[in-house]
Amino acid sequence: MNNKIRILITALALSQLAACASLDTVKPWQRGTLAKKEMQLNSAGLDNALDDHIYFSKEGSSGGRSFAGGGCGCN
Amino acid sequence: MQLTKTGSISAALAAATCTLLSANAIAADSNTGNSTDSLIEGWQFNSALLYYGETDRVKAAEAILSARGDFGDDKFLNLNLVLDSLTGASATGAVAQPDAQTFTRPSGAGSYTTAAGATPLDDTFHDTRVQLDASWEQPLTANYRGTVGGHFSKEYDYLSLGINGNISRDFNHKNTTLSVGTSFSHDSINPEGGIPSAFTPMLFRSNFASEGAYQQAFDGSRRTDSDTKTTAELLFGVTQVINPDWLMQLNYSIAKADGYLSDPFKVLSVVNSNGITQQNLYEQRPDSRTKQSLYWQNKWHLSGSYLDLSYRYMWDDWSLNSHTADARWRFPVAGNWYIEPHARYYTQDEAEFYQPFLSEGMPLPAFASADYRIGQMDAYTVGAKVGTVLEGGHDFAVRLEYYQQNPNNPGVELPGVLQDLELFGDVKAVMLQVSYSF
Repeated sequence: MNNKIRILITALALSQLAACASLDTVKPWQRGTLAKKEMQLNSAGLDNALDDHIYFSKEGSSGGRSFAGGGCGCN
Repeated sequence: MQLTKTGSISAALAAATCTLLSANAIAADSNTGNSTDSLIEGWQFNSALLYYGETDRVKAAEAILSARGDFGDDKFLNLNLVLDSLTGASATGAVAQPDAQTFTRPSGAGSYTTAAGATPLDDTFHDTRVQLDASWEQPLTANYRGTVGGHFSKEYDYLSLGINGNISRDFNHKNTTLSVGTSFSHDSINPEGGIPSAFTPMLFRSNFASEGAYQQAFDGSRRTDSDTKTTAELLFGVTQVINPDWLMQLNYSIAKADGYLSDPFKVLSVVNSNGITQQNLYEQRPDSRTKQSLYWQNKWHLSGSYLDLSYRYMWDDWSLNSHTADARWRFPVAGNWYIEPHARYYTQDEAEFYQPFLSEGMPLPAFASADYRIGQMDAYTVGAKVGTVLEGGHDFAVRLEYYQQNPNNPGVELPGVLQDLELFGDVKAVMLQVSYSF
């Protein structure tokens, strides 16, 4: 039973490694979409800044996307 | 002949690659706005105005102007100016009662009355804040990039100063980026009426024979005029291109805050066995807090639309754990217009010292707060943004969202009259934002 679990975990780990190896397939000339503004992680920077400020002052959590600390007395 | 043919194929491939690369570069430029008609050569500006309004509570207006200057050789200066104004009423932490209640204002001067059955709200909040951020980013060596920045925020009773830095390195032909960042901030608070001592009772002028006697007692209930806190933070990130239409980011952050972490305006009601308030005591939170978070974000391009999905798990040594899921999906519609629906769900457990009230006759705990913002809560946001690209490449967008918080009882038994009163009322807010880039 333990062996089966070990084999399963090994197989999963290998499949993850294989997936990682295949990540390196996006070539510079395939990056047209990735270069678009809509695809940037912080494409709506001001929306995110305003949202972070509201939720920082209304909820018990902050940060994650960027730094969480300091800022204002609104909390 | 063979050699020549191979050579010409290589040359043709190289030429094609270069053409594609430069096409991508142009696409990137037009999308990041560098090809827009700029007000100042080499600078791009983004601006937004936000109105935030809660039903019967806080109203806020916020304006942001950000500027990004291109200094060549991939070097940029980012500047950010924020102005905001806050008015309205905020929950004090005291419980609703079957009769009207009177509270002393935080300054000690004057009082306000809460109607029977209503959640006590302090309506003295009026504040204007100005915030300035600046950062400089540039390549360091091949594949390395660095950013250094500063932060300044000032309001009537609060000052925050901060510095931050970040280094990132590209791997796998820029398909993988690792980054590490750090920030340090120093905040000082100088509230009207000073900072109350832990669990000191709210005093009432009517209980004193003279103004002098009241003022002396009030001053004696204050620990100090002002206090400070510092926050140090580390942020590690991995960004991975999964395929030409999928980008992923995973961040881990740890932030440690030390100093004055209580809220000088928040109180806890002490109630008797029938739920009737006997007095209100100023809250006390621990003087350190370590927060950690995992943040996972995905960007997908799906047949012309763009989907942004993120999830955050946050935990801290106050036992406040939270989950946040956020989805934005941008669809092109007629012409240059797009629509972007947005949904967000948030849920948190209460901090271990959160209590909606204190019970008469019980010993005081080391720490306690009735601030619903660190209590058990679910919240959701739904809304949409509609935008267009105008002539000259300028973006214009309007965003309308609805936000609701549903605080919950973390399992506290309610004595007497409190069973028939609303102690965990919903907070409802509307946000309207207009954005313009030029």
